[in-house]
Formats: sequence, C-alpha cells, structure tokens
Amino acid sequence: MIEFLQNLGRETRTGFTKLGRGTFFLLQTISGILSVLPRPRLLLNQMYSVGVLSFLIITISGLFVGMVLGLQGYYVLSDFGAEETLGVMVAASLVRELGPVVSALLFAGRAGSALTAEIGLMKATEQLSGMEMMAVDPIKRIISPRFLAGFLSMPLLAALFSAIGVIGGQMVGSGLLGVDEGAYWSQMQANMDFRDDILNGVIKSIVFGFVASWIALFEGYDAIPTSEGVSRATTRTVVNSAFSILGLDFILTVFMFGDN
Amino acid sequence: MQHTNTQDTLVGLFVASGIVGLFFLALQVSNLSSFTEHDSYTVTARFENSGGLKVKSPVSSAGVKIGKVSAISFDPKTYESVVQLSIDKQYNTLPDDTTASVFTAGLLGEQYVNLEAGGSDEYLKDGGKIEITQSAIILEKALGQFLFKSAEEKK
Repeated sequence: MIEFLQNLGRETRTGFTKLGRGTFFLLQTISGILSVLPRPRLLLNQMYSVGVLSFLIITISGLFVGMVLGLQGYYVLSDFGAEETLGVMVAASLVRELGPVVSALLFAGRAGSALTAEIGLMKATEQLSGMEMMAVDPIKRIISPRFLAGFLSMPLLAALFSAIGVIGGQMVGSGLLGVDEGAYWSQMQANMDFRDDILNGVIKSIVFGFVASWIALFEGYDAIPTSEGVSRATTRTVVNSAFSILGLDFILTVFMFGDN
Repeated sequence: MQHTNTQDTLVGLFVASGIVGLFFLALQVSNLSSFTEHDSYTVTARFENSGGLKVKSPVSSAGVKIGKVSAISFDPKTYESVVQLSIDKQYNTLPDDTTASVFTAGLLGEQYVNLEAGGSDEYLKDGGKIEITQSAIILEKALGQFLFKSAEEKK
C-alpha cells in the first residue's frame, strides 16, 4: 500500500516536472524565434525538411481519403436518394475534421519523429553541448527554426490535404459514380461557411502544428542521451502527439461547432 | 549546404501550393465571394410554425437565393415564431406586401424561405415586417389529415 502511494507520488512528481520543463522549453523556444527572423536561411532549410518532404505523403493521403469518402458517402447517401449532397459530406468532414486531424497525425509521424530523432542524436553525440561551448545558443540555432517551420507548415499541409481530398471526392463521385458535377459543387458552396467551417479548420491545424512541433522538439531535447533513450523519445513523440491531437480536437470541436 | 537553389524553389513551391489550397477552400468550397454579410438588410416575418427552418437557411425568390435566415426566436405572447431574414442589399425593391412561405427543397431536402412579390408600390425597408406569411408544411400533420380524410370517405 505504502509502495503504491510512493509510486503514485513519484509518477505525479515526475509528470509535473516534465510539464514544467516542457513549458520552460516552449517559452525559451518562442523567445528564440525573434533571432531566427534575421537568418531566414535556417528557417528555409527546416521548411524544406519539415514541409516539402511531408508534401508527398500529405497529398497522396488526402487524395485517397477524399476518394474513400466519396465512395462510402455515395453508398450511404444513395440509399436515401440524396447523392447530390455528397459534396457537402465530403467537404464538411474533410475541412472540419479529417483535414486538420489526419494531416497532423501524418505530420507527427513523418516530421515529428524525424525531429525528435535528429535532436536526440545531436544531444547523444554532444553536438548541443559543443554548440554551447562555442557560445552558440542551441535553442536559438537548432530548436526555434524547427519549431517555426513546423508551426508554419502545418496549416499549409492541412489546407492542401482538404483541397486535394475534395477534388478526390469529386473525381470518384462524379467521375465514377455519376453524381452531377454541378450539384456536387453548388450544394457544397451553399452549405459550407467560410468563417464557421474553413476558418475553424485552419485554426485547428495551427493549434495542432504548434502542439506537434512542441512535443517533437521537447522529447528530442529531453531525451536520455543514449541510443535507447533516443528510440524511446521517438516513440513517445508519436504516441503523445497522437493523444494530444485527438484530445485537443475533441475540445476544439466542442467549442467551435457546439452551438448548432 | 549544397543545392540551396533547388531547395529554395521547392520551399517556394510548397508555400505557394499551400496558399493555393487555402484559396481553393475559401473560394470553391465555401464560395466566399458570392455573399458577404455586411451589405444586407434585415426584415422580420412571423410564422405560425417555422418548421425545420434554421439560422443560415437560404431565403430565395423565384428560385434564386437572395439572402439567408439570420435569427429565429419564439414570441411568448403571440406563440409565433419570429424569423429575421437578411437580404442582399442589391435586391431592395421587394414590395411591402411580399408573401413569405417556408418551403422544402425536395421531399427530404432542407427548408428555406420563399418570398413571393406582391403588387404594392412601397418597398420593404431595413427593419421592416412581412405581414403575409405561410407556415411550413409539417409532413406528419399533412399525412395525418390525409389518412383521416380517406378513412372518412370509406365509411
């Protein structure tokens, strides 16, 4: 019994210390962003490895998710004679939920894990301490550009995912299954609202980009500097990012779409 | 770093395509350009029953969308539903004896407000009222009346 209480206490304490370290790390990272701005080259390199290299997986997944939505939506809607509303269904589910969430999960898996492994390995091979010895702040030089790149890439990736998904749904819906193309677009335009649907989706993706980059960078920076520690940190990045993205998605959805 | 020029181009392409995606969503999916809220005027109509009408339901006249429902409330004194219609400013020549009715698009489609112009010379103004209204047809009610009638006829 005492042992159980001790364990519980220890877990709580380590959890809170980690949260505290994470918050402190985040504040340092954000204040380091200012010194990234005069060196756009750093940001550009990171935009390449975080954004451009995730481009292909995001667009291809978006296309397939949209096509599957088109198929499944058609099967259900045609039972009720409402095939024309296929466009609304595809667009609403992509823009509100699947676009931000699935692209954030892919982003955490593709870019987040790479960031954690990179930074964890830098720590394990003492490159970060080496930088400190040369009076270069590793937060400003290494972490902040990556954070900014993730934060900026995520909304773009989510928007691409939704846009390509909508086109994929239209390809399957009106190309393969014979839904009227005009009805697909006009029903969509009549029922989707810019502020309520599109903007909320963009806000979601910004929040997810923030959280996924934060978790990935912090886990790498906080990793135990051994090969095992880095591998554990990479796993934790993917698991924790997925949990936070899905949990936050629920909370954001309640606030954004709760009143109608 | 080598190949920085190709990298720059690729990052530029990535950012540009992301922005194009956003514009696509704004213009093609939500049709932002066609209807903006601030250049519209509001009129109220009282319905005995507004059925499944919702905020943002379309308001149309002669089959063309000219506005949308901006608010629906219940009047506890007259037991009527008070519906506010915000109509695009460019259609400001609706006569003040216009009839408003709640219709359904298709059998299971969404409900909308249809405005049928009357013959008056006065136009509806911002904050004006539509006096003549026709309630939504409730499917259950209509079916019940129909069944009741056909049972009567059989006797």
